Amino acid sequence: MSVEVSERTAPQPDTTREPLVRLRGVKKYFPITRGIIFQKHVGDVHAVDGVDLDIYPGETVGLVGETGCGKSTLARVIMRLYDATEGTIEFEGQDITHLKGKALRERRRDMQMIFQDPFASLNPRKTVGSIIGAPFRLHGTVPKNKIKSEVQQLMELVGMSPEHYNRYPHEFSGGQRQRIGVARSLALRPKLIVCDEPVSALDVSIQAQILNLLEDLQEEFNLTYLFIAHDLSVVKHVSDRVAVMYLGKIVEMAPGDTLYKNPKHPYTGALLSAVPIADPDLAQTKKRIILEGDVPSPIDPPSGCRFHPRCPNAQFPRCREEEPLLRPFHPGQVAACHYPLEDRAVMESTAS
Amino acid sequence: MPEPLLEVRDLRVHFPTEDGLVKAVDGVSFSLQPGETLGVVGESGSGKSVTFLTVMGLVGSDQAVIEGEVLFQGQDLLKMPKEELRNIRGSKISMIFQDPMTSLHPFYKVGYQIAEAIRTHQSVSKREAHDQAVEMLRRVGIPKPEERADQYPHEFSGGMRQRAMIAMALSLNPDILIADEPTTALDVTVQAQILDLIDRLKAEFNAAVVMITHDLGVVAEHCDEIQVMYAGKIVEVGDRRDIYYGSHHPYTWGLLGSISRLDSSTKERLQPIKGLPPSLILVPPGCAFHPRCPYAFDRCKVEVPKLIPIDGHHASACHLSLADRERIFHEEVLVRR
Repeated sequence: MSVEVSERTAPQPDTTREPLVRLRGVKKYFPITRGIIFQKHVGDVHAVDGVDLDIYPGETVGLVGETGCGKSTLARVIMRLYDATEGTIEFEGQDITHLKGKALRERRRDMQMIFQDPFASLNPRKTVGSIIGAPFRLHGTVPKNKIKSEVQQLMELVGMSPEHYNRYPHEFSGGQRQRIGVARSLALRPKLIVCDEPVSALDVSIQAQILNLLEDLQEEFNLTYLFIAHDLSVVKHVSDRVAVMYLGKIVEMAPGDTLYKNPKHPYTGALLSAVPIADPDLAQTKKRIILEGDVPSPIDPPSGCRFHPRCPNAQFPRCREEEPLLRPFHPGQVAACHYPLEDRAVMESTAS
Repeated sequence: MPEPLLEVRDLRVHFPTEDGLVKAVDGVSFSLQPGETLGVVGESGSGKSVTFLTVMGLVGSDQAVIEGEVLFQGQDLLKMPKEELRNIRGSKISMIFQDPMTSLHPFYKVGYQIAEAIRTHQSVSKREAHDQAVEMLRRVGIPKPEERADQYPHEFSGGMRQRAMIAMALSLNPDILIADEPTTALDVTVQAQILDLIDRLKAEFNAAVVMITHDLGVVAEHCDEIQVMYAGKIVEVGDRRDIYYGSHHPYTWGLLGSISRLDSSTKERLQPIKGLPPSLILVPPGCAFHPRCPYAFDRCKVEVPKLIPIDGHHASACHLSLADRERIFHEEVLVRR
């Protein structure tokens, strides 16, 4: 059995076009206070700590990292559910960092979110029809007497039976519930959909159905996705470009195949080697980079390169003192590391 | 072949409910050898967890109609008095669960909870049990185990809690460790650490391990023997080479086609199994998989296929002819990978 890994033949995102979303130096700190009346500011959780990211129309950008690396916070900052502490967020060239009130509400039509937990993200006391129809009522884009037929069209679109309009979320399985979430996010015909771990809670066989559905919808409506997950194999499967996040910073970004073949940041290498491969022979050839311990606290992140306490390649004192910047490697690839991995450091060969 | 450690014969677990009889496990037979790692794979509701909860005696005859035999070292656990069963459960056979967040008691210190398990089965003093608990925490790779033993579960991260669960499960040196989706709730990096830990401890304690999962990727790297379950029945069983390079059941093909693989080059479409797993109250007649099977023909709708050996202990329950299965697997399943 041989698996040929050729360079990606799919068209690269059109970088001459204006990006749909442009982040510059985005930071989000959550203050830690002590005391009840005179709240004293004693520190910050550096959840997102200086992220530059461009998302082009029609592409899927993947965002991977361990729990606590700030990927969900970043998604919420882009959605303007959190206010950025610093930096700017542009959407279609418009600075939306400080947008408020009606203007923000109008902008929100263009960006929607799909959440991880299909059990917690649907109101158990509302029927499916009213959940999917809520965006229409809130934004008034569809006249009241047309809402039902619109909702049923959406249900059909995501592969649900429109007769289930009056059912409640508990009557559905996890995969079906996630379809409800997808339908709701599509209601306003958004340009950007942020998918925050949309398949992590699902069985593998159902994951595949939802991933295929997302792909079909992208083609049909020319959607742009920011796809967040901790599982690199899922992210690589759906994404044109993958950004790897560690402790609030993007440490590497590359097209999926490049990332798989030639990861540069040791953290990417570790993530890659942790993914189980459903092929016993190929799994044997994989070199393991095992990370010790958990992600350090984002309250007081390590100095220099934030990965140095867990990095198998760290050389001192440089990695402890000097913070590495993102620099280019292969086409489309940037990584922030002083001592990057060599080519094919994890997957020696892909043909067996 | 040596005497199997655990032998399950024609196990049936049926839950009577208001809506009808739920046939969660419907005629399952297998055996587990000492030192073996058995992977049990299937979707939610395939009966994989219920099978092993029954083995553990955690599904009682008051909740369900249980038939068949569960022989552990020759003794039938299903016929054993509760007191005797309690001596075996936890000390000879122990289990770790999917969600480390809910399987530790939030009110008690972690060290106390592990010591409690030890004191239940061994007559040791509180002090000795505590020391053993600390030693177990060290062996599962928890840094500063003395301090950690005095902390509460909420002070542990998810990976650490799962390590503590493993420490508890292995503290009495069991012969069988049953891991029910041990890593589903965890990050991939932590998952790799935990799976390596289970592998290492298995060798150290010479235990047999049962790994229950819905992810064929996990079992590929860690299991010797794989058993695929669907709607309460075993549909295919074999060693891992049989399953990955010569599978003989359309359901296994579907599971293989559903995995997003790191090593597939382009944005290839996944090939999910269409539809949903069946209700276990109204299991489809004939082969339970036939409504979702792209290769089903008339016979599949009426006759329940038996688990028929292919070679060695590789067996599959499918009506397709041997030649057809081999052809389809090589022409349609392997090429996609």
